[in-house]
Amino acid sequence: MYKIAVMGDRDSIYGFAALGLETFSVADKDEGAKLIKKLAYGDYAVIYITEALASLLEDEIEELSSQPLPAIILIPGVSGNTGKGILSVKKSVERAVGSDIIFNKE
Amino acid sequence: MAVTQVNPTRMELTRLKKKLVTATRGHKLLKDKRDELMRRFLDLVKQNKELREKVENGIKNANQNFVLARAVMRDEVINSALLAPKQSVSLEVSEQNVMSVDIPVFDYRTRTSDENDIYSYGLAFTSSELDDAVASLAEVLPDMLRLAECEKSCQLMAAEIEKTRRRVNALEHVMIPDTREKIKYITMKLDENERSTQIRLMKVKDMMIKENIESKRDNSDY
Repeated sequence: MYKIAVMGDRDSIYGFAALGLETFSVADKDEGAKLIKKLAYGDYAVIYITEALASLLEDEIEELSSQPLPAIILIPGVSGNTGKGILSVKKSVERAVGSDIIFNKE
Repeated sequence: MAVTQVNPTRMELTRLKKKLVTATRGHKLLKDKRDELMRRFLDLVKQNKELREKVENGIKNANQNFVLARAVMRDEVINSALLAPKQSVSLEVSEQNVMSVDIPVFDYRTRTSDENDIYSYGLAFTSSELDDAVASLAEVLPDMLRLAECEKSCQLMAAEIEKTRRRVNALEHVMIPDTREKIKYITMKLDENERSTQIRLMKVKDMMIKENIESKRDNSDY
């Protein structure tokens, strides 16, 4: 049985607590790095992370992305959408196809 | 190329021929795998993109609602309202094998089946804006989970496609031409050897005949 975690600044994530997801409010880089490792090797299958925090933890996320679990998914925070989430989809297309054929139409 | 390093023997030739057959078959199989993976990946990525747009919009909406809720209520009230959630979500993870990539399949389960358990507070002290905000967030949750599944699958498949593509290219552009070259080199060398043996034999025969004739002539002289 796995759990779902939400990481990010408090204002962006406290609503998820009501839905039954576990929220972890983190603001700085070191704390986030430590926490994401702990969660990834604990029994969390999905970690939602705000785009703002994800931009601080790029190395850690990259490292975990090759493992089957957990899935680390970027979500926009309260400060707005930075487009980083869609960028990560774009990146995986580029990795697979060699060039971006899905998004360059727009 | 690496041709200089092979032994031009028959044994080596058979070995290389076998290797070439295996490499060609492997190349064909890997190419098929790559094509099929790519087909699935493109489907999945399109789905991923749609889901992501949907989820991002949904979360944006929910965040706006939360900002509204915070505007009409004090922080402490909101905090205490959301302090002890009634609902909890757990995931059942199974794996599905798609062309040798294990992609996760999430099956989520809520602790209580009552939809209204997302409101972990009494309605007396909180505003309706908070209810709206929580409801709008709850609406996105199923899509968020599908997004998680989809995006993770995309990442894993992208890695696998990259790997397979490299293998296909290595076979196609290095391994197979190399082996062909070596086989050609060995066959030529063997043919050459054969020719030279034959010539040598002919020469020897010639010499023997000549010697024979000469010895006969010598004998007849006396």
